[in-house]
Amino acid sequence: MTEGLQGPAPDERPQPSGRRNAQGIRIDPEMEAVHDPRRTALSALVQNEPGVLAKISGLVSRRQFNIESLTVGTTTNPETSRVTLVIEEPEPGIRQVEKQLEKLVNVISVRELGDDAVRRELVVLKVHGEEPDKVNAITDMYGGETLDAGPRTITVQITGDEQKVDDAIDAFRQFGIRELARTGQTALARGEEWTTHAEEERYERTQVRQ
Amino acid sequence: MSEGQQTPQTGESEDAEPGMAESTEAGERPVTSGAESVARALERTGVETLFGVQGGAIMPVYDALYDSPLDHVTMAHEQGAAHAADAFGIVSGEPGVCLATSGPGATNLVTGLADASMDSDPVVALTGQVPSTMVGTDAFQETDTTGVTNPVTKENYFAGDADSVGDTVGEAFALADAGRQGPTLVDLPKDVTTGPTDNEPAAGTAPETYDPPERADSEAVATAAGVLARAEKPVILAGGGVIKGEACAELREFATEYGIPVVTTMPAVGAFPEDHELAMEMAGMHGTGYANMAITHCDAMFAVGTRFDDRLTGGVETFAPEAEIIHADIDAAEISKNIAADYPLLGEASVVIEQVHEAMADERAADMAATGERFQEWVEQCQQWQTDYPMDYPMDEDDPLKPQFVVETVDAATDDDTIVTTGVGQHQMWAVQYWTYTEPRTWVSSHGLGTMGYGLPSAIGARFAADDDQSVVCFDGDGSFLMTLQELAVAVRENLDITVFILNNEAVGMVRQWQDSFHGGRRMASEYPWVPDFAALAEAFGARGFRMEGHDEVADVVDDALAYDGPSVVDTFIDPTEDVYPMVPSGGSNGRFVLAEEQL
Repeated sequence: MTEGLQGPAPDERPQPSGRRNAQGIRIDPEMEAVHDPRRTALSALVQNEPGVLAKISGLVSRRQFNIESLTVGTTTNPETSRVTLVIEEPEPGIRQVEKQLEKLVNVISVRELGDDAVRRELVVLKVHGEEPDKVNAITDMYGGETLDAGPRTITVQITGDEQKVDDAIDAFRQFGIRELARTGQTALARGEEWTTHAEEERYERTQVRQ
Repeated sequence: MSEGQQTPQTGESEDAEPGMAESTEAGERPVTSGAESVARALERTGVETLFGVQGGAIMPVYDALYDSPLDHVTMAHEQGAAHAADAFGIVSGEPGVCLATSGPGATNLVTGLADASMDSDPVVALTGQVPSTMVGTDAFQETDTTGVTNPVTKENYFAGDADSVGDTVGEAFALADAGRQGPTLVDLPKDVTTGPTDNEPAAGTAPETYDPPERADSEAVATAAGVLARAEKPVILAGGGVIKGEACAELREFATEYGIPVVTTMPAVGAFPEDHELAMEMAGMHGTGYANMAITHCDAMFAVGTRFDDRLTGGVETFAPEAEIIHADIDAAEISKNIAADYPLLGEASVVIEQVHEAMADERAADMAATGERFQEWVEQCQQWQTDYPMDYPMDEDDPLKPQFVVETVDAATDDDTIVTTGVGQHQMWAVQYWTYTEPRTWVSSHGLGTMGYGLPSAIGARFAADDDQSVVCFDGDGSFLMTLQELAVAVRENLDITVFILNNEAVGMVRQWQDSFHGGRRMASEYPWVPDFAALAEAFGARGFRMEGHDEVADVVDDALAYDGPSVVDTFIDPTEDVYPMVPSGGSNGRFVLAEEQL
């Protein structure tokens, strides 16, 4: 004959007073420590293989990372591409994105870009062509370029950082924007700094080969 | 990868030459096609048994296997093949291999791959595919297999040509085993496997971009050791990585030298002998009361190879809320994913435990000269909790049969190295709670994915990986068994000595328990108005069928079933009112586990 489970009920047990927040971080119970989301760019050097983009986008979607943009293009080495992701996550989330990306077998190296990184994006805008002089003036003001001009539409290109591109789009609204295509952010570390850890080694290897 | 495993080591191709000369009948059987290159790649890995199901697009590979010394077990369903390979991987420590054809064959593998992915079990899946030229045309039995399996594999490959396909399979095998183990898949278009090649695949190595850490940073180790040495109430939380990383001996030495209580996660059951005085056994939702008390009240936790699953942590707000967390893992992405690590240590489990062990000695020598009995008070507290919250169940001779009693009886009737596999549900929890696991790789279950139906196919896979004198027992539920029972045909065909105990309560018991506890007793779709006569069903398959109902007949039936040299099924009519406790309600605090429904 056995008795079954015994022992003090939940309310009769001592409970520790400590607490963690929703991110699993131990906190002072008196203080509410919350990490606010932060917008940042990660650069990833990846192997240029079929499916690699699907693997990255699949990762971002299944782990519900908050992504603003993703750009991809080949590098000087035909075997590698650079992916630039702009994400908005609290600090622990940024570290997770970084580590989960790094874990993908086709990803060679990942790094969060510093505040001083050189960042650019591009927008191609098609506006109504009734006021070509004014469109030209605004295009010049943003250091843009006219790509196509006809009697009814004018298409221009503006490049710059995100803020400048936002501002330019606002400025063109007065003419009526018919269509717009915008790339995400692409970026490199500033100056002599390498964008990801693997680049220096890889660069030196190619120099030796040449 | 641990040292104990025997997969081909990384090396230059010249180094691999002697191995090739030894490889089976290499001279007599030159490679002429992609499929033969695949078969040769498998032979080179050292694996001897494959699990699979035939079909149109995979036929060239099977044709190549016709001449290969590899054994193939034809399963009834591809899901069974994946689970069998998974269990083979758990028991042997080396990747299990499963094969399936394109389309439905491949999609039937998905559950098994997802299961392996969640539990970091080493599995290699080879799937047939329609010819490359037809890919994308919605051809007969075409599925985007790499697309479908992308979220549930560590890595997958679409084989590009006959010349490289053997090397790709070798790489997939090496990668499944390297670092944090997991499932990989190679999709094999029919034109690739039938295409001509004379490529003798090299010994597989994991890709260069996959570079798992081995030794943790020594400064970080020293700091972590200092935290443990200065703690008042430390616990070791052993995760599945301790078994996967062959670190059980290191764990035991470390824990016993310093007298630190050991709590395990469910995949780590068997990593530390449960009859040891420092064993707190499994923590979490249905863990022991004393394990949950220990992790709730500890002030330092040395967690090794665990991903802090929510069934372990309960609500993260209340998980070990006063502990400084030292988290050792081979996968950087597990650090601070669910529980923030105060002291992360990246490396192989066995290496890191040894590093911390050594650093503790230094730390003690330097700062803690007189601390020999340092943790004694805490250990006594933990032992007091063992006394306060014994794992026990109420039983009277006249009661309907108690499932816990069945588990204990089978445990007592078998050797310590007996392998237990399970389905998912109440029976799984009783099997983990009331069996005393003392050796690693004897507990084979579906942890992260919670796959009902895992029990029987995994018993088949475990049987092929186990030693001949090792017993394999499967505890299943009636619901779980009904999901994959067709694999009984395989067990009979192969005359496998496995004993299945169906803890039959004519219900999906865990769901029914939750409905009673959290849905006001509204038992929707959880009770079966009728279940098959499982003993007769077993006999129809050609297995032995047994029934047991009363406590007094258990000992004899268990003995008879175990004694039968072949597959047997014991339909065990258990008390349908029995529920699983202790329980930490989902998202609740581990320290507030309940002992009965009234406490919820």
